[in-house]
Amino acid sequence: MTILEIVAFTLIKIVIILSLMLFTVSYLVYFERRVSAWIQNRLGPNRVGWQGILQPFADVFKLLLKEDIVPEKANKKLHAIAPIIALFVAFSTYAVIPFGPELQIFNYKIPLVVADVNIGILFVLALTSLGVYAITFAGWSSGSKYSLLGGIRSSAQMISYEISMGFSIGGVLLFAESLRPIAIVESQSGWMWNAIVQPIGFITFLVSAFAETNRLPFDLPEAEPELVGGFHTEYSSMKFAAFFLAEYANMIIAAGLIVTLYLGGWQIPYIDKLGLPSLVETLLQVGAFVFKLIAVLFFFLWIRWSLPRFRYDQLMNIGWKVMFPLSLLNIIWVAILIMIFN
Amino acid sequence: MSLELILSIVFGGICAVTALLVITRINPVISALFLVVNFASLAGLYLILNAQFIAIAQIIVYAGAIMVFFLFVIMLLNPESEKKFFSHKPYIKIFTVVIVAIVFVQIIYMIFLAQPSEELIKESAKSVNAGTIEQIGRELFTNYVLPFEAAGYLLLAATIGALVIAKKKFE
Amino acid sequence: MIEEYIPVFIVLLIAVGFAGAVVFSSKLFGPQRPNSEKTSTYESGMKPVGTVRERISIKYYLVAMFFIIFDLEVIFIYPWAVEFKRLFGEHGISVFISMFIFLVVLELGYLYAYKKGGFKWD
Repeated sequence: MTILEIVAFTLIKIVIILSLMLFTVSYLVYFERRVSAWIQNRLGPNRVGWQGILQPFADVFKLLLKEDIVPEKANKKLHAIAPIIALFVAFSTYAVIPFGPELQIFNYKIPLVVADVNIGILFVLALTSLGVYAITFAGWSSGSKYSLLGGIRSSAQMISYEISMGFSIGGVLLFAESLRPIAIVESQSGWMWNAIVQPIGFITFLVSAFAETNRLPFDLPEAEPELVGGFHTEYSSMKFAAFFLAEYANMIIAAGLIVTLYLGGWQIPYIDKLGLPSLVETLLQVGAFVFKLIAVLFFFLWIRWSLPRFRYDQLMNIGWKVMFPLSLLNIIWVAILIMIFN
Repeated sequence: MSLELILSIVFGGICAVTALLVITRINPVISALFLVVNFASLAGLYLILNAQFIAIAQIIVYAGAIMVFFLFVIMLLNPESEKKFFSHKPYIKIFTVVIVAIVFVQIIYMIFLAQPSEELIKESAKSVNAGTIEQIGRELFTNYVLPFEAAGYLLLAATIGALVIAKKKFE
Repeated sequence: MIEEYIPVFIVLLIAVGFAGAVVFSSKLFGPQRPNSEKTSTYESGMKPVGTVRERISIKYYLVAMFFIIFDLEVIFIYPWAVEFKRLFGEHGISVFISMFIFLVVLELGYLYAYKKGGFKWD
């Protein structure tokens, strides 16, 4: 393909994925509120449109028309840069997550991933490690005690769980023999899903993903009773919306990563035995990816409204004393498995 | 112009500008932010040189891990006291100027006067595919096992060192 | 080779543009009527007390230190993990042992930190 064609296809893919992501984020918030209401025997938002279906749009317009208040003690520049970093990280990590096999249209073979690069899955890791800055800067620049404490707690939490996340990915790479997400998905053909082959790694990755996205039971940074709003106490209007958006976008990315790394990605076991036409097969597999993604997202919501929050010392203990050794053991376990069966 | 050339001008430009901003900003947290951008554009330059794994490791380790530590230290100590530190000790400034001048001369010499050795040119032709993670893994665990194990001991020493320094504070 | 990375650069550019647009859109659409009550620091309706720039616990520095060290360990594991199957086929168990020694050496540091209370939070 020429450079122009690459650019054109990339732009098309980005536009489709970005608009789908924005749509999913807004309805994820709506569903979270409805599901939580259902779990707690309440009604939840049901006034805007049929069953409150237009609620996300009302929320966006409300936030858009609010005044953007910057506290006088804040460092103005950093206060604005922090939400930009958060959004930047959340809306660029999708680039390496494959959502389907190769699509064949006319004479083009289009891989259904925005960027199929050699460093693949490390791209996600690099960007999430930059995501820490959004929270640290937000906490520090606001000039408020609650923000600073929330920010510093949150960044310590994120860097602690990044280690066990990194180790868990190592176990996946042992099987895939490549960093390319497509190769990782293809290494889990049939029922050889990593969630089944290396359950310890799956659990450590899942827990780390919850901690990295600041979801309950790890949402210490915004523990309302003690820290008011955590690192975004002093944020309002669209800057607040940016953090909110980034949090839910990160959830989608995390779910996409879990599906790609551990649940066989887009693959449906033994679908090639059915002898379907290739286009139908491709579409079915994209559907399978979306289905798995939604299932994992529902799991995220379900956990949030079922478990209580950890204390901060418990959280750090789980990260360093439980998840760290477990994820390391997982690597050795997978290496031994490979040595036995090869 | 080739794509590589355009990109190296872009990344090199960002690199130079952010490096200047790092040393001219008064607020150390802003400096740290520009240093992160600087590391990221350096990773871009590595990428153009085909060192893909080094590029991403640069971001994960330098921009991601080491700068977080720097930021913790900068943000949570009082930056005001550092200002006093520099204004009261003029000999530190002289010392800094001398060091920087030596490094500057060295860089100028390396770029404009030194000739790369024949062997280096021969080796660099071979290194076109050396930057992928597969090649690095292969080299590291066949030809360079000993340096790799030595790195392990270095990290062990760093762990113990960090604890010993901090121990006085929390005991 | 660099062509492979064009999509990555495009994605990063678009993400920066999108993020900037979202954050600055409130300047365009929202009202701007700041007053001293609004812009004072949040303190649950009280007058703000104390300063922000207080020193925090040494534990946080320690966590950041350990993060650097173990992040490096993770970076060393990736090239090994990717090449492990192929290298095991050629060189046998020595590839596993060399990584095992590396991990044991580093975990000595981990155990030392554990014993000395480096991961204690109370």
